[in-house]
Amino acid sequence: MPTETAEALDDGRALTLAELAELSGLPESVVRELVDYGAFTPAEVQGATWTFSSHCVVIARRAHHLRDDFDLDSHAVAVLLGFVERIERLEAELRNLRAQVPGFR
Amino acid sequence: MKYKDYYRILGVDRGADEDAIKTAYRKLARKYHPDVSKEKDAEARFKDVAEAWATLKDAEKRKAYDQLGRYAEGEEIRPPPDWGQQFGAGRPGAGGAGAFEDIDLSDLFAAFGGGRPRGGRAAGNAPRPGGDYEAAVQISFDQAFKGAELELDFGVVEYDEEGTPHRVSHPVKIRIPRGVTDGQTLRVPGKGGKGVRGGRDGDLFLTISVRPHPVFRADGQDLYVDLPLAPWEAVLGTSVQLPTPAGAVMLKVPPGTRAGQQMRLTGRGVARDGGKAGNLYAIVQIVVPTTATDRERELYKQLAEFSTFNPRAQLEQEAARAH
Repeated sequence: MPTETAEALDDGRALTLAELAELSGLPESVVRELVDYGAFTPAEVQGATWTFSSHCVVIARRAHHLRDDFDLDSHAVAVLLGFVERIERLEAELRNLRAQVPGFR
Repeated sequence: MKYKDYYRILGVDRGADEDAIKTAYRKLARKYHPDVSKEKDAEARFKDVAEAWATLKDAEKRKAYDQLGRYAEGEEIRPPPDWGQQFGAGRPGAGGAGAFEDIDLSDLFAAFGGGRPRGGRAAGNAPRPGGDYEAAVQISFDQAFKGAELELDFGVVEYDEEGTPHRVSHPVKIRIPRGVTDGQTLRVPGKGGKGVRGGRDGDLFLTISVRPHPVFRADGQDLYVDLPLAPWEAVLGTSVQLPTPAGAVMLKVPPGTRAGQQMRLTGRGVARDGGKAGNLYAIVQIVVPTTATDRERELYKQLAEFSTFNPRAQLEQEAARAH
């Protein structure tokens, strides 16, 4: 059995809109809506061509799950993603503080 | 095939109307959806809830489910011979003996009425991409630090020529790159479901959780380790052996080191290929002996008499300023 290499999704690789849509399972139109509502931001905009960082795949896949599982429109998904991101930021701060507490397990 | 009571999972009566089922699903999805819930076993609970919802929200699937009959949770069942044809269930009922032994109830209803998951047969002649697979994988701290090879086996549903679903083994050997961190998502291209008629194969997405290490505490790529020092070591300075994930190193502790001080060992944290390594921080703890010998007590007394050091000087100043 050949060994497959798992690739990190925050490796700085750039993705086109079509690639992001394909990897997330979202239609391109929904990815555009989510960008319009500020759920995530293209790393580069050149006219009508958008480029995304590979980390956006994680966010877009989460958007896909939330949209389907809660039957939400893109605006609601964008709002929810904002809260999730905020929670993750707070959890990261908590993790950082806990890591610095001597003896904390 | 084991029976699952979808009504019980959603907490509704068998006669519940569409709205009641939807409300029950939404309430439970809010509680257990892995993206918004921190409940224990949220992912497994949500899987059941989503499975129940996927069947009961669809009038035809619900009718077919009801026609299966009522059984005890987990009881081994087999649909009646004409069950699949009666409901146009993609002929899952057409299989011979043993056709349902290797699948779940969810697999049966996923195949129902042509509603196969992505990766199943394509409608018409259009290429159809394979479905993506998702899995949560737990690895050790050492595996995350050094990288690892894992062999995973996913049970996935495939369909035979008759359209009967079967759960088949899908073994994959995966190289996890060094430096993955807790909560990170990795993609294994092309290792999801098979594409149909030239459609691309799906991907495998792995969400990694890293088991805590007994010595190192991780914050992304940075690591923290406690460095206990005796009072005299902190005052006079010393050299100590400090564990790092790559092996012990000698660390020079300067004189006058304070409790809580963080000593940075640049690049000794978690490293990634082609990326910058995190740092290791040694957090100083001043540890005092809980019992002292007579001689030690004598020496401490001498120090107390001789020393002019006031550890509460700053506190006294601040308290005075506050009044």
